[in-house]
Amino acid sequence: MSEITPDLVRHLGVLARIQLSEGEVARLTGQLDVIVDNIAKVSEVATADVVATSHPIPLQNVFREDVPADVLTIEQVLQNAPEAADNRFRVTAILGEEQ
Amino acid sequence: MGRDKLMDFDEALERFEPVLGFEVHVELNTRTKMFSAAPNPAHSANHDAAPNTLVAPVDMGLPGALPVVNEEAVRASISLGLALGCDIAPSSRFARKNYFYPDLGKNYQISQYDEPIAFEGSVEVELEDGTVVTVPIERAHMEEDAGKLTHVGGSTGRIQGAEYSLVDYNRAGVPLVEIVTKPIFGAEHRAPDIAKAYVQTIRDIVLALGISDARMERGNLRCDANVSLRPRGQDKLGTRTETKNVNSMRSVERAVRYEIQRQAAILAAGGTITQETRHWHEDTGTTSPGRPKSDADDYRYFPEPDLLPVAPADSLIEELRAALPEQPVVRRRRLKSDWGFADIEFRGVVNAGLLGEVEATVAAGATPAAARKWWMSEISRIANADGREPGELVTPAQVAELQRLVDEGTLTDKLARQVLEGVIAGEGDPAQVVASRGLAVVSDDTALIAAIDEALAAQPDVLDKIRDGKVQAAGAVIGAVMKAMRGQADAARVRELILERASQ
Amino acid sequence: MSASDEIIRLTAADLAARLSGGEMSSVEATRAHLDRIREVDGDVHAFLHVNERALEVAADIDRRRAAGEELGPLAGVPLAIKDVLVTTDMPSTSGSRILEGYMSPYDATVVARSRAAGLVPLGKTNMDEFAMGSSTEHSAYGPTRNPWDLERIPGGSGGGSAAAVAAFEAPLALGSDTGGSIRQPAHVTGTVGMKPTYGGVSRYGAIALASSLDQVGPVTRTVLDAGLLHDVIGGHDPHDATSLEESWPSFAAAARDGASGEVLRGLRVGVISELPDSGFQPGVSSRFRAALDAMAAQGAEIVEVSAPHFEYGVAAYYLILPAEASSNLAKFDSVRFGMRVIPHAGATVEEVMAATREAGFGEEVKRRVILGTYALSAGYYDAYYGSAQKVRTLIQSDFDAAFAQVDVLATPSAPTTAFRLGEKLDDPLQMYLNDVTTIPANLAGVPGISIPAGLAPEDGLPVGIQFLAPAREDARLYRVGAAVEALLVDEWGGPLLDRMPLRGGVA
Ligand SMILES: [Mg+2]
Ligand SMILES: [Zn+2]
Repeated sequence: MSEITPDLVRHLGVLARIQLSEGEVARLTGQLDVIVDNIAKVSEVATADVVATSHPIPLQNVFREDVPADVLTIEQVLQNAPEAADNRFRVTAILGEEQ
Repeated sequence: MGRDKLMDFDEALERFEPVLGFEVHVELNTRTKMFSAAPNPAHSANHDAAPNTLVAPVDMGLPGALPVVNEEAVRASISLGLALGCDIAPSSRFARKNYFYPDLGKNYQISQYDEPIAFEGSVEVELEDGTVVTVPIERAHMEEDAGKLTHVGGSTGRIQGAEYSLVDYNRAGVPLVEIVTKPIFGAEHRAPDIAKAYVQTIRDIVLALGISDARMERGNLRCDANVSLRPRGQDKLGTRTETKNVNSMRSVERAVRYEIQRQAAILAAGGTITQETRHWHEDTGTTSPGRPKSDADDYRYFPEPDLLPVAPADSLIEELRAALPEQPVVRRRRLKSDWGFADIEFRGVVNAGLLGEVEATVAAGATPAAARKWWMSEISRIANADGREPGELVTPAQVAELQRLVDEGTLTDKLARQVLEGVIAGEGDPAQVVASRGLAVVSDDTALIAAIDEALAAQPDVLDKIRDGKVQAAGAVIGAVMKAMRGQADAARVRELILERASQ
Repeated sequence: MSASDEIIRLTAADLAARLSGGEMSSVEATRAHLDRIREVDGDVHAFLHVNERALEVAADIDRRRAAGEELGPLAGVPLAIKDVLVTTDMPSTSGSRILEGYMSPYDATVVARSRAAGLVPLGKTNMDEFAMGSSTEHSAYGPTRNPWDLERIPGGSGGGSAAAVAAFEAPLALGSDTGGSIRQPAHVTGTVGMKPTYGGVSRYGAIALASSLDQVGPVTRTVLDAGLLHDVIGGHDPHDATSLEESWPSFAAAARDGASGEVLRGLRVGVISELPDSGFQPGVSSRFRAALDAMAAQGAEIVEVSAPHFEYGVAAYYLILPAEASSNLAKFDSVRFGMRVIPHAGATVEEVMAATREAGFGEEVKRRVILGTYALSAGYYDAYYGSAQKVRTLIQSDFDAAFAQVDVLATPSAPTTAFRLGEKLDDPLQMYLNDVTTIPANLAGVPGISIPAGLAPEDGLPVGIQFLAPAREDARLYRVGAAVEALLVDEWGGPLLDRMPLRGGVA
């Protein structure tokens, strides 16, 4: 069995900014436990001598020239805003601090 | 705020050894952003942009948008790494730093994590007393800036107590290089000076490279200062605090001094230091606690799958190395000897942060003494009064032109100051201001002679007095003529003409 | 068969020929498909949105053609667009409630290229929410049904696109494939689905699920049609840093060339020894074997090859995908676009974000986001995400070794035929195992195509055969796919879809 506990699931909910009900915590704990038991087998073959691949097709030095383009109009920027004021996005009070 | 107990600075240094560390964020002045082609607000062309008008899809995290790296920002980062004496990584890559915050359009910041572009360097830093200190550099890495929040409601305009906040994504995606020092040991009582001189040096370097406008008041250069204390004789490092966003060189110095005094008082009273970020308050000259380190700081870094490794060719690195400007310390030594300034004069320019301005003004044709005089007196005075930076007001070329007009007799010193005001008011270059305000010295003798005649008619005894050898009597006439000419006459010429008349 | 019925049954290639030959107008072609949608989509539910302006776009193409303008080969042909692709003139929801009504200010590159080529957008197709699923049951807007049997799933995540072309609601559709989302729906609906080489088609404007796995591709009824659409959407895009810069051959030309069957002579076809027939539904295995026999009869050489790490593919995939998705989906936070839920008066922005994501995301999305958050979190990264990236390397070397021996690999496209709606909904792990044969291609970035292989005798439902080729060898798949398609259609005496029971909305 893996180490998935309801407390861990609650903590993951905080990190992922999803408010989870106690019912969801219980259900996810059970499901993730089964899933993690199955996917943990990757470590069987992932030995130290194997390099990690993060891109399927290796490329490097893909750059863009420093030329302005793609800028949106203010209407486009705000067209889906749930709430806006003074051409900016409005959000309710922020609890946490800047990083 | 401000209720912290502080220990006397000297006593604190007697009992504890301060260990410093700095994270300086430099906004690059490329034309476009780090990962999008939107115009960069840190480029001078875009300073005054209205909110949310410098935004491409990726800057606000629109669904489907993808980042692409700005080549110019990579070149600038390599140059900066080299100027910091760093090794350039043969291959470096971007990672995602995941955390939720409304100023972060994607809710992750693209940064470099375990593979920064530059690492292991050092910079020589010259303190105000001329001592040179070496600051070890851990790494310099590329990343993107976040947007800007405005907190509305409540009393302070700060985040605490605000009713709501407004988000502007113009700054989101501005190219940043974050320079991280290793722990700086042995700073001792010079710790605050080192802090200030270090930031000053970084500013000089990026200005010499031309890769950032480096205006601290605009946030082009931002310093986080880490301070910890350990009791004398202890090996283990003490717990550090990170004072964020200290945005002037003087504040960096004060913040470090404050943290040393504050932490010393706590430790001496048997207390412990909390590992936390702290905020600097310019008005009160104090720091206040911010966010404590916690396990919520799990940024879940992983390699950015939308971007590829940056693997600069040796030829590119050598090309950029060959183009590096000289080190600030070396440059200062050179300029000081070229200009022939006294120690105190030279240090005055350095400490005012006007070395570059004076240098550029000399390059534009002014004498070093004249260049220094303009920047250190009249321009600094006006800047101070307006709460702006001298470099914002006029260009070195304009200052050199102004001085040339004085040297060739078109302007008197007094007129030149009026012309400077016109230039600062945005009326154009000095020659334009002279023309539009009609400020040139009247060099037409006919006009002067007419004014002299008029003045002599009012004071008929003056010529006789002069002929009697009382030459100082000319002063009254000169004054009258100057007044009639509204100051736009060369007083020496007026005097000459009066004496000529007396000798006739 | 009515005139309209005849139009919708044409392949895109035939439709295009009639349009350019002046025998039919784009307005007629478009209207026939809109009529068909009206007729059957109440049952099938392939579309989330139908383009109200499709006829105007078609009329404009007709006008330009009449004016003698030089138009692309597919100009005037209708196109269905998976809702994962952003469009300026229709909402883009990615099948999620959190993006209900979202209007993009820009078009996905593949959409822009399709418009530029004169294709007529018919509407946006249904999908599992954020492309997470293999059945389209995870759409926030209700499931799509398989036109072969309305009680069964159309595959996923791109069930809407596959069902739309299978039900003759569109001749062509765009899909996206992160672990099989183009190929597995093709398998269960008797259609053709192609996942290009990673980087062969731009991802710009495809709402990201897992950035290192996602690839956009064509969903069609024939291999030639897939090649024609691939020619339109493929090629380098400077807006996508992972987009490949090479110039590609014409895939339509490759398909036409392959249809002669010549390519099969001496073709070395690898069958993976670690994928035993026993793991598959008997009808899936038997159709697969029969297709291989037919190829062998034309001179292909069937070779057994080993891919020892493929069995770790599903595990690696269900670490990499949720990890990348947990980060990609963080942008749905109620600040700039999308749903906003305020849980109580005076709620902080943190509470608003958490409540919005709770209400706006479906169960499967939350499951994977939490799983991905776990796989990346401090202390677990090396064991999970890091190890999964190593498995990727091992699977790539399995492919390298295999392609040193054979020209293409062949597998069944999925383990079973279309299962019943609801059958696997409560068992996520079973659902995940559906992608066992398609996932390795995404992990390694190689191209894969699924074409119809026949009907399973036990349930009469379609079965697909998948071919895989080395990275950048997409043209080889069009050649081989077209050859096998011609061979089997010939054997069947007509396209497989002729045997589909759906007629006029009644199964
Ligand atoms: Mg930092
Ligand atoms: Zn930083």
